Amino acid sequence: MAKKITIEPVTRVEGHGKVTIHLDDNNQVTQSRLHIVEFRGFERFVQGRPYWEAPVLVQRLCGICPVSHHLAAAKALDVIVGAGTGDGLTPTGEKMRRLMHYGQMFQSHVLHFFHLAAPDLLFGIDGDPAMRNVIGIALTNKELAVQAVMMRKFGQEIIKATAGKKIHGTGAIPGGINKHLTEAERDSFLNGADPMNIDKMIDWSLGALDFFKGYHKNNKDLIDKFAAYPSNHVSLVRKDGAMDFYHGVLRGIDSESNKILDDIDYQNYLDYIDEEVKSWSYMKFPYLRSIGKKNGWYRVGPLARMNTAEFIPTPLAQKEFEIFRAYTNGKPNNMTMHQHWARLIEILHSAEMMKDLLNDPDLLKGELTVKGTKGNEGVGLLEAPRGTLFHHYRINEKDQITMANLIVSTTNNNIPMNKAVNLAAKQFMNGQTDITEGMMNAVEVAIRAYDPCLSCATHALGKMPLEIKLIDKNENVLDRMLKNG
Amino acid sequence: MNKIKIRINDIVCRGEKGQTVLEIAKDNGIYIPTLCNYEGIKPQGSCRICTCMIGGRMMTACTTPALDGMDIVTNSDELEKFRATIVELLFAEGNHFCPTCERSGNCELQALGYRYKMMVPQFPYSFAAKDIDADNPKIMIDHNRCILCKRCIRRKKEKDNPNWFVFKKRGAKVQINIDHELTADFTDKLAQQAMDTCPVGAIIRKEKGFDVPIGERKYDKNPIGSDIEGLKE
Ligand code: SF4
Repeated sequence: MAKKITIEPVTRVEGHGKVTIHLDDNNQVTQSRLHIVEFRGFERFVQGRPYWEAPVLVQRLCGICPVSHHLAAAKALDVIVGAGTGDGLTPTGEKMRRLMHYGQMFQSHVLHFFHLAAPDLLFGIDGDPAMRNVIGIALTNKELAVQAVMMRKFGQEIIKATAGKKIHGTGAIPGGINKHLTEAERDSFLNGADPMNIDKMIDWSLGALDFFKGYHKNNKDLIDKFAAYPSNHVSLVRKDGAMDFYHGVLRGIDSESNKILDDIDYQNYLDYIDEEVKSWSYMKFPYLRSIGKKNGWYRVGPLARMNTAEFIPTPLAQKEFEIFRAYTNGKPNNMTMHQHWARLIEILHSAEMMKDLLNDPDLLKGELTVKGTKGNEGVGLLEAPRGTLFHHYRINEKDQITMANLIVSTTNNNIPMNKAVNLAAKQFMNGQTDITEGMMNAVEVAIRAYDPCLSCATHALGKMPLEIKLIDKNENVLDRMLKNG
Repeated sequence: MNKIKIRINDIVCRGEKGQTVLEIAKDNGIYIPTLCNYEGIKPQGSCRICTCMIGGRMMTACTTPALDGMDIVTNSDELEKFRATIVELLFAEGNHFCPTCERSGNCELQALGYRYKMMVPQFPYSFAAKDIDADNPKIMIDHNRCILCKRCIRRKKEKDNPNWFVFKKRGAKVQINIDHELTADFTDKLAQQAMDTCPVGAIIRKEKGFDVPIGERKYDKNPIGSDIEGLKE
């Protein structure tokens, strides 16, 4: 008898979504979908507001990585106020923003790896759900739990020092930044009492990588094969091909490393990228126009960035990058669970970048903002923790926003996540008559690898109980399981 | 003899004939909250937030001339509750979204909300549909945030500084209207003056916002009234 399984909402992700899986008479998976069931509407209600409010207003669509939205909006408005398309800011303006962004990347990745993903690795995909969470980690591996909390705190203190607040600050303004770093702040980040200093953060980042690499050695099948599939990859890279989270050109490669987006100026992103709408999800489906709807989808995020970048411009992360790339003989890495590995390298890179920036005197003094000839349209892109983030605004002659288009990282990863769900469902559920909690979690592990932020992707907050339903052909509910998230 | 003595909260306060209760209180380090009142503008007593017990009756401190021997209470529980209610009503009436407002940290209404520990208003929000007048090249009027205190209309007029604002419509529909002809060649300085007169974020300068970092805004370190109460950090 055909069945439909619903996992709702998905747990240990940011936001609210559900998964449906259809099984045929032989219990083979015929279709699976990740549905995003939130509706936000930021693009609509920002209309009419004065443009300089956008970085402060739009960041409210997320409490996890508001800095990304804050900065992407500010970058789009830099274009509007004539401060250039990404490299026209004063040294202080750009470097303070970069410090904010790398602090954000560091804390968001740490949150994801230690709090959301690590429980699956430490306790197993089908481990006891009562332990398979951050509390379980705190009970069994206190040192790791302390590191997680302190690393996240460090990143958030960086954000506070640059944006004024840990969450939803006001630092970036059109054309620059509104503050300097104080000497006292800089000194405490560089030489603060153990463990709150940047050298400890770098040490711990290396330790987390070692932890993962050790795990990988003993769990090759899971890490290399689970929900792996070839795909296109897209991210910003610096003009010289270096990994850069704050600014660059848009590069896309296919699963064989052929360039499918040739380092384009993202002001013209609409010439290259389009979005498809489907009736069953509030999240759109972006694709590359040159390849078309069917095959033009692409992955963004840590894995994609490792594939598109030619090198990482900090020494310790570069070493790890080389090991990562050597694992696939320099070919693009298409293994979903390697997202975690990539994320950890990015944590290390962010820590090294923060150290470099903190040692830069431009943060302490210098002009904060710059302005030029005003325009009426601007696009701001950056690499958010979860991948490429697009902000696009148009204003009228009265300085009011008339159009806003946001393509958030999780939206870019919409099809890849659906693919991963499908593979995990097939791998764990095909031919099974009883659906266990472990099988349900396997599907979630596939989604979690992408660290999706479903709130952002629909531009909400939701409770996260998990519901699974067995439904027959005639949509009768045969069985229902519920657990709290 | 111009000197007078009044009692405020059982403290003997000295002042001069012609001063209002509010002025003498301020000179003697006693803070009475105000919203529609503004230094240098004739008081009108419309927002009622400075209401005190004056000679046993509720009266606005900003408009009541002090008389020798007056007995005044400014801070009873009843008065504080009354003031908190006014603040809540103002929040419920407009569309005040502090998190994204340029005046956050520098807004008298928000500062009073904090002073009265307003968490959730007891009144339902009106969610009235209000718009923005953005026609002027230098300033915007966001009607969502206007508390109709009339400070912008009543402010002292000078030669280069005539009546830029007037009320239009009547009753519940009353709205601040900007004279676009008179303000067509507004300078940045005049625009800043107009913005400074407004206690909230209803009049804001164009193309300039959020340039004072969090932590350095007017009320970040020194809550409203602390300058008068001598509680500065
Ligand atoms: S615009 Fe400002 S000053 Fe004028 S009435 Fe409204 S709140 Fe008062």
